[in-house]
Parts: sequence; structure tokens; C-alpha cells
Amino acid sequence: MLQMTDIQKIYRTELVETHALRDMSLAVTEGEFVAVTGPSGSGKTTFLNIAGLLESFEHGTFMLDGKDVSHLSDDDRSIYRNEKIGFIFQSFNLIPDLNLFENVDVPLRYRRLPASDRKQRIHNALETVGLASRMNHLPAQLSGGQQQRVAIARALAGEPRMLLADEPTGNLDSTMAGQVMELLEDIHASGTTIVMVTHDPILAERADRNIHLIDGQVSGHSVACAREEILQAAQA
Amino acid sequence: MFTYNVKLAIKSMRRNPMMTTLMVAAIAVGIGISMTTLSVYYMMNGNPIPEKSDKLFAVTLDSWGAIRPFDDDRPERAPHQLPYQDAERLAGLAVGKRQAAMFESSLIIEPANDEEMPFEATARVTTGDFFAMFNVPFIYGDGWDRSADAAAEPMVVLTRQLNERLFGGEDSVGKWVTMNSTRFQVAGVIDTWEPTPRFYDPINGGFQEVNEMFIPFSLTRVLELDSIGSDWGWKAEEITSFDQWLNSEASWIQYFVELDADRDEYLAHLDAYVGEQKKLGRFERPMNNNVYDVMEWMEYHEVVANDSRVLLGLSFLFLVVCLLSTITLLLTKFIGKKSETSLRRALGASRTIIFRQQIVEVAVIGFAGGLTGLLLTSFGLQGIQYLYESPPGLVRLDWVIMSTAIAIAIICSMVAGLYPAWRVCQVPPATQLKAQ
Repeated sequence: MLQMTDIQKIYRTELVETHALRDMSLAVTEGEFVAVTGPSGSGKTTFLNIAGLLESFEHGTFMLDGKDVSHLSDDDRSIYRNEKIGFIFQSFNLIPDLNLFENVDVPLRYRRLPASDRKQRIHNALETVGLASRMNHLPAQLSGGQQQRVAIARALAGEPRMLLADEPTGNLDSTMAGQVMELLEDIHASGTTIVMVTHDPILAERADRNIHLIDGQVSGHSVACAREEILQAAQA
Repeated sequence: MFTYNVKLAIKSMRRNPMMTTLMVAAIAVGIGISMTTLSVYYMMNGNPIPEKSDKLFAVTLDSWGAIRPFDDDRPERAPHQLPYQDAERLAGLAVGKRQAAMFESSLIIEPANDEEMPFEATARVTTGDFFAMFNVPFIYGDGWDRSADAAAEPMVVLTRQLNERLFGGEDSVGKWVTMNSTRFQVAGVIDTWEPTPRFYDPINGGFQEVNEMFIPFSLTRVLELDSIGSDWGWKAEEITSFDQWLNSEASWIQYFVELDADRDEYLAHLDAYVGEQKKLGRFERPMNNNVYDVMEWMEYHEVVANDSRVLLGLSFLFLVVCLLSTITLLLTKFIGKKSETSLRRALGASRTIIFRQQIVEVAVIGFAGGLTGLLLTSFGLQGIQYLYESPPGLVRLDWVIMSTAIAIAIICSMVAGLYPAWRVCQVPPATQLKAQ
């Protein structure tokens, strides 16, 4: 699904060069649930930006869903991003004056789908996250957990090949965070590839595999134990 | 996508009502000022009779003396009015489809009701062809025919307003009006007719109101009607009687002809006529006869002054200043939308899509500014009408002006929005993630 080889990303200002990723190589197979961890400044967000085709990079090769996307134009990256990737952000990023239906509709609008198709997809996505009955509400009328579920519905509506989640429970209390994680696990169980950036080791352990980044490089991999064991550890 | 963008634009405008109001107001004031000026210019410069302006011709003959031309600054120009004797003869020859000799006069009306005082009213003294030539609309009756012209019958055609005053607005055809101690029979009553400019008489004012009534040209001699319009003369002539005045070289009659044929054919007729007159010792200057169609005649008399063009230019400069203010406001507004733009980019919107969305938004703002500007234009035109006491027809807001105002507002706003829209679509899609 995702194959990065020797990716190098440098941020330049007039005074300083910052090497955010240093010849980083990693792969995510189809259907995997991968957690990316690491300390602040390790390059997690840069990795996610590049994986989500939000940023270009200086050097290396990036294959996404079997296609080399290393040198796509800005417009082509937008199209590919819209079709293949769903984003879930830490602070939900819903547009405040659009209701839930309209928020979920945003990425579908850019795909130029027929209205009936869009309506069906939006309804299904909101049904999946349990908010179909509140599609005319504004984001401000929902709790944080509900808002994140709307953001997940928005990511799901486009039927993406891969979900990229950046600290998806970072702004939620533990109860809501648990609900959101269960939702992501259900989505993963239905076959969607998920790449999640997180600081939280307990959440990371719930993924199939952890990738640890330090100084813009992969420092190690670990395969998660059985989910039941993790839940028991969390409860303990 | 366009409808979606319009919907987003309206939501965006509601999000920041104060800034939206300022932008709409800036455009509206610019549009209001420029459209008020443009409306007046357009009315002054418009074709008052487009259906036949190329078939109606004002006639000039160079009857001036040999020593100096009629106009020292433009020696190629002949006097723009004719001596009475020439107008009378040309009308009698009746070459061309129709012809109208005319001048302005005034008569004292003696109302039938003894309680009402006599009053003065202006009259256009002209030939019966005037009404058909200039497409004058009638509510009752019609003009008089050529036999009435020939017989100098005391007929009168009233305007709607004068008919209202004299007969309470009823059908007065066949009734009698006493003027200058002569009984005139009403031949017809015209409907409201305010050609702008008053193309058939720019000499006495292109934006004057239509005279209150019309009477036959042939009555001039019978009733010894004086002109209240302009007259010019070059020859020291002893004039002790009205007949001597009519046979003098003074130029005071305006003459129009309607032609179906080529104007050269009519010019040949004029040259032949003047050739005959030269044999009688008149027309001392070289042959210089001309005909001007309606728009040429407006240009000849500079009905639209150069000052109006300068004012029009200045008002559009003011619109530019208003648009520059709008650009500043748009930049501020669009910078405030950075996070939403970045999110939309992350969710798959290309730069082109974002650019289009912003342009549609400024077009909607422009549309709102245009509508408000039209309201201001309407107030502006009413102000002009009040200040200058201009005829009602001069300052109307028609569909051409309204659609022009909206189009200018939208196009100018879109042009003003190009740079801010370009700036906003440069927002990188990653900003949202980095903000975490």
C-alpha cells in the first residue's frame, strides 16, 4: 500500500536548514493498522504530510497504492489525495458554519460525484459513526468525541484506500478517546489501511505494528500483542 | 460546483458581516457615483430616434454674405437655420418623403371659462409632416394634413398636459381654442413625448421640454407669428413690416427632411435650388449646402459637452479607488480564511478549485455591491433631477444602465479579487497538520 524509500525532507530558512526526514524508508502493507510514534521533532508530522501527499520531498521514492507519486504535480497530488486518502486530525477541523452533512460532503464535492451518490455516501458514513440522525446539526452543537466521529465520517465517505490519523484522540477525554479508538479498530477490521501518529504508547499498542521515529529516521519496529492483552493492561 | 461556490460565498459573507458590509459599501458607492454619471452621459449621448435616425436630415444652406463666413472659427460651416423664404419654398417643392420647417413661438390662450385668466403657452410652428416624421405618439386624433398647411387652416395639436389644463384631459378633437384672438380647432392630442436629446431642435436647447402645442407653419404669415428662438443675420436690411422680415436674409427657421433615397440626390436638389437663387443675386458664397442625419446633427451642436466626458472619466477613477479599498479588505478577509483553505486543500481541493471559489465569492460581493449601487444611482439621478430641474425623461434608470451597473460591479470585483484569490490559493495544504 505505502512504500517509502530513502525519503529526505529538509526545511530551509534564511538562517538554518532542518533535516526533518533523513533517508527514511518504511512500508505499510494493505490492511495494516500501523502506529507511528516518536518524541517531538522526530519527524512524525512530516512523515504524515508526505504520506498524505500534502508535502513534497527532496529525495527518495514514494509508491502509493502501486503508483509512484514522487513527482506528481500539485493538482495531481490533490486529485490522488482526494481519491486515495482520508485524513483524521487531532483538532477535528470541521468547518463551523457547515452542518454535519455539509462537512462530510466537502471532499466528495471535489470528486464531482453525482448528488445522489454523494448523499448516499454521506448517509452511510454518518450511519457508521452513529450520527446519521444529527446530520443537520452544526459542529458546535456536538461534543468533542462526536465531532471527531464526524471527522472520521468525512474521511470514510470518500471510501479511501488508506486513513491517516494524526493524534486522533489527543483532544479527547479517556472515555471519548476509547470510543474513537474502537471506531478506528472497526474500520480497520473492515479492511481499511490505517496509519496513526500518536504519542500515547497505550494507543500505539492497539495497532498491528509500531514504527518508532527518532531524528527523522525509523529507529525500530514492534509487532503488537493480542488486543485482549492490551485492553487488560489498560484496565489494570 | 458554481452553485456550491455561491452557497459557500454567502456563508462566508455572513461569517463576517462587518467586513462584508464595508466591501459591499465600497463597491456600491463607486458604482453609485459612476453609474449616475454614466446614466446622464448615456441619456445625453443616446440615439433619440434609433428607428429612423439615418433617414432624418437637418438641412443647411450657406445663405451668408460674401465678406465673412457664418462661423469664423469653422468657416466650412453654413448657418444652421434657414431664412424663412427658403424654408417656405423648399417645403412647397416637397422633394423628399416628408419635410418639416419649424420655429418656436408663443401664443396667448384665452380660456373658454371666463373665470380663468388668459395665459401664455409655447408653440412649435411647423408643417403637418412633423408628427409622422418624428414618430410623435397621439392619444386623440392626429396631426393636420398638407391641405391644411396649404390653406393655412388654424389647427392645433395639444400636448397631454395642455389638454389636461384646457379640457380636463378628455378627447378634445374638433373643439376650439382661442389664441391671439384666433379660433383654432384641435386636430389631436399627443401622448407624453420627451425625445432625449430634443434632436429636432438642439439649437434652442437639446434638453428643453417639448413645446406645449403645435400649429401650422403657414399661419406664420397670416398671424404674423414671432419667433422666441434664436435668429441670426448678416445683412443690414430695412425691415418695417412683417412681410419684409419674412423676405429678409435673417436665418431663423429649422428645416428637417425625411429621405428614403440617397442623401446625394437631395443635395443635388438643394444645389439646383441655390443655383436658381444665385441667379437672383442671393447666396453670395460658394455653394455649401449640407444635410446631417440625427446623430451628426447632435455632434454638430455638441449636445454632449466635453466636460461631461471628463466628469465621466473622473467618476470611473473614483470607482477604481473604491475597488482598491475592496482589494485591501479582501486581502484581510482571505488571510482570515487561511485555515479553512488549508483544510480544503488537504481534503482534495486543487489550487484552481480554491481560486475559483474565491473568485465566485468576490463576484457575489460585487453583485451585492452592484445592487446597492443601483439604489444609490437611483437616489443620485433623483438628486440631479431635483437640482437641475431637468425634464423627467432625462434621468431615468433603464434596463441597459441597470444591467451595465451589475456587470461592471461583478467584473470589477472579480478583477479586484484576482490578487487576493491568488494569494489565498498559495496556502499549503499541510498547514492544518503542522498546527497540531
